[in-house]
Amino acid sequence: MINLEYLENLRNLEPYSLTISEARNLLDRKEISVKDLIRSIYERIEAVEDKVKAFVNITEEKAMKMADDAQRKIGEEGRTRFLLGIPLAIKDNMCTKGIPTTCSSKILSHFVPPYESTVTSRLIEQGYILTGKTNMDEFAMGSSTENSCLCPTRNPWNLEKIPGGSSGGSAAAVASDECIAALGSDTGGSIRQPAALCGVVGLKPTYGRVSRYGLVAFASSLDQIGPLTKDVRDATILLNVISGHDPLDSTSAPLPVPDFTAVLGQDIKGIKLGVPKEYFIEGMEKEVEVLVKEAIKKLESLGAIPVEVTLPHTGYAIATYYILATSEASSNLARYDGVKYGFRAEGKDLMDMYINTRAQGFGAEVKRRIMLGTYALSSGYYEAYYKKAQQVRTLIKQDFENAFKVVDAVVTPTSPTTAFKLGEKIADPLQMYLSDIFTISVNLAGVPGISIPCGFTSNNLPVGLQLIGRHFDEESILKLAYAYEQATEWHKKRPNL
Amino acid sequence: MKYEAVIGLEVHAQMLTETKIFCRCSTKFGSDPNTQTCPVCIGMPGVLPVLNKKALEFAIKTGIAMNCKISPYSRFARKNYFYPDLPKGYQISQYELPICEHGYIEIIANGEIKKIGITRIHMEEDAGKNIHGASAWGGGLGREVNYSFVDLNRAGVPLMEIVSEPDIRSPGEAVEYMKKLRTVLRYLGVCDGNMEQGSLRCDANISVRSLGQKDFGVKVEIKNLNSFKFVEKALEYEIERQIKIQEEGKKIMQETRLWNSERGITEPMRTKEEAHDYRYFPEPDLVPIIVDQKWIDEIKKPLPELPDTKRERFVSEHGLPEYDAELLTAERPLADWYEEAVRLGGQPKAVSNWIMGELMKLLNEENKSIEECPLKPKQLVDMLSLIDSGTISGKIAKTVFEEMYKTSKDAESIVKEKGLVQISDAGEIGKIVDDVIAKHPKEVERFKSGEEKLIGFFVGQVMKLTKGKANPQMVNELLKKKLSS
Repeated sequence: MINLEYLENLRNLEPYSLTISEARNLLDRKEISVKDLIRSIYERIEAVEDKVKAFVNITEEKAMKMADDAQRKIGEEGRTRFLLGIPLAIKDNMCTKGIPTTCSSKILSHFVPPYESTVTSRLIEQGYILTGKTNMDEFAMGSSTENSCLCPTRNPWNLEKIPGGSSGGSAAAVASDECIAALGSDTGGSIRQPAALCGVVGLKPTYGRVSRYGLVAFASSLDQIGPLTKDVRDATILLNVISGHDPLDSTSAPLPVPDFTAVLGQDIKGIKLGVPKEYFIEGMEKEVEVLVKEAIKKLESLGAIPVEVTLPHTGYAIATYYILATSEASSNLARYDGVKYGFRAEGKDLMDMYINTRAQGFGAEVKRRIMLGTYALSSGYYEAYYKKAQQVRTLIKQDFENAFKVVDAVVTPTSPTTAFKLGEKIADPLQMYLSDIFTISVNLAGVPGISIPCGFTSNNLPVGLQLIGRHFDEESILKLAYAYEQATEWHKKRPNL
Repeated sequence: MKYEAVIGLEVHAQMLTETKIFCRCSTKFGSDPNTQTCPVCIGMPGVLPVLNKKALEFAIKTGIAMNCKISPYSRFARKNYFYPDLPKGYQISQYELPICEHGYIEIIANGEIKKIGITRIHMEEDAGKNIHGASAWGGGLGREVNYSFVDLNRAGVPLMEIVSEPDIRSPGEAVEYMKKLRTVLRYLGVCDGNMEQGSLRCDANISVRSLGQKDFGVKVEIKNLNSFKFVEKALEYEIERQIKIQEEGKKIMQETRLWNSERGITEPMRTKEEAHDYRYFPEPDLVPIIVDQKWIDEIKKPLPELPDTKRERFVSEHGLPEYDAELLTAERPLADWYEEAVRLGGQPKAVSNWIMGELMKLLNEENKSIEECPLKPKQLVDMLSLIDSGTISGKIAKTVFEEMYKTSKDAESIVKEKGLVQISDAGEIGKIVDDVIAKHPKEVERFKSGEEKLIGFFVGQVMKLTKGKANPQMVNELLKKKLSS
């Protein structure tokens, strides 16, 4: 049953600022039309996109065409599909049939997939409307969205700052109300870190929860698609749609998918919350540490029980990640050779064509990672690097398994810093890699993690709180995240643009 | 000094699945370029491989037939290298944990059964095909082009790589091994064994050492051996080459060489082509393959009787010599043909003789396989009983057999129609013998003066007059009797 006061409040909002569940309510009651909603989104894009640069491709014409059709179906269908008429933005590394999918890379600048990724197919089944493809670090390699062949995306809270990455376009689009919600991908923190830096919710599901078919691979054993949303409820709605086994992806788990919205509002009393001592480190921004600790106190006041835990191999996570992820990437990106599709540079012979195509088609960070990965897999180095890293990965996984024997979820900061200045770390890859120090272990262990807004620093930059769960237990962290969100107002704050 | 060759073969067998190993495209041979492709097998961004269960089943089947241990846990790996016919820039193969290991097959070498070890059998995807030069365009471009073209129809077709132990000691054994491998694969129906179309391809590793030496010599790999003849010729050439180098006191280089069938020699490959570091690592897009005993048993149950078992049975139950049994079991349809004839009452060795002699000769003349044979086992058996009953002679039987083969009529009607019934009447034959003796007084004189081999001449004359129908034994006896009287 819907509360009248709630409805009245919604009516007074700009349609573009709505969440999925809010827009659903208004659309189903014919308070607004799909066209109104879509138009509102594009007006908002028109107004702020020049500053934010969240998109690489805006699909307005298609979206407006789809609006009428969606409108007709509302009410016609016995039970309206969850996303019917809802405008969402998609990171440009998920294949969309007939719509360019570039990964923000010159090498794929003209690539138009003749197939649809499984996640977007599932969104289509639920009736979503694509507003545009969002900017990203080239091939999802980066933590600032500066490694885009087009242009960097800006942080809506401070246009001098980066939005985080690699799903910076999606995070910025959600934060600046250029879409109702978005999908991103997370290989080492690429959903959670930009969510934290842009003050939105970002969820990386368990590895295997969501099909990777049609997601342009960076590191196959780590990549996972997830939602970036304005609140936790929307994250559960999108997770419901995109989860589940896919016969086209052997690594997607053949497990039943619960209704994640069912956990919303459940009591968190007695839930044991692990606080790993390795995640409160020197070099962290003081204000971040303070806000995260306050958030933990808040959770405690809501009934959760903080327990100190140890994840002893945390210190090896970045090194491990940068060996495994780059190794897989060096192989995954071999197909961009100028032979079949995408960018091709001419050359006097085959080898010359390969060299020119890849030298001109890839950006500096991508080339750096291809070289790192190629090196790590080379004969004579394989044992010392790749194999060793796999062994450490197992230890990191075991760290979490041991912690989860004692606690139900783990809580940490999402990022050691708030958004940094454009160009600040671009010349120093190691500094840049440290941005993901708190998110990377989660990918290595394959467990789910969510970042939710937990406050703002004195210079008005958002800070994120990360909750980490057991394998295939997104429910616990969503329950905690929702309880925290209900008790705070951070998620309601919007940047002034 | 005496030398000994040490040979191991790596055989690539294309599996007879209807669809490719990681997508559902057809594996049909000979279609227009790139018509049997999809985003998965042309390596588009974001697509993922899904293992064809049939390919796995075929590999397990082959492993069982070759006495291998089937790995309960195996996985795919990526073999990384750049080439235009390799759309992903890596080949999905198996490396550290192949599906089958530690098996063997039996061959007959110098009349004895010899086991050749199978190190491993693994699954992998085939690459596409590059087509070079202007002609590849098929005209229509209106100018000379120097392009190469890529056909990806074959990309993703499932292969098995069957690697032998270095147990082979001669080019002859290598050919026997290849033939046996082909026989087993065809029995199982997992590969058509067509070497011309490339369904069965072979690389060889070969070294030479002095006889009695324990350590292996330096190994040379020979690629591109796409017929039994080439396997034999290339290995013969290579053994000679390596012995010559050793005798000159020089060192053999470890290298990859290519068989040049036109010149009949092996040539070193350009080093650029072999300087690969494949950077193998586990394929993260596919989950490990778990095979349980229950499934292995299910696959095992309907397996056909395999050539070695069949051969042993033909020897022990039918009393055939090893040689006959080995030849008859080389092709399953041939063994079936033989066995049907025996089941219908044919005497095994007689059936075997007729198959390996007349039947093979006639089939070979027309380049036909046993499956296309117009003659039914029943016809042979009926003809054999006519011989046994003395109705026709063995010599006449050859004529009858040929006639049966050509007309598909049965033996009895041919014998009747052509009046081929054997003359076994002593009186009738006696008259003809008298006739012949009377007509050839000179020869009779020579015979009597000791030129005994002239008996053949007289037999020939009698046969000529009777159109071969006279019972040869009786002719012999009567001639001897009458000539010496």
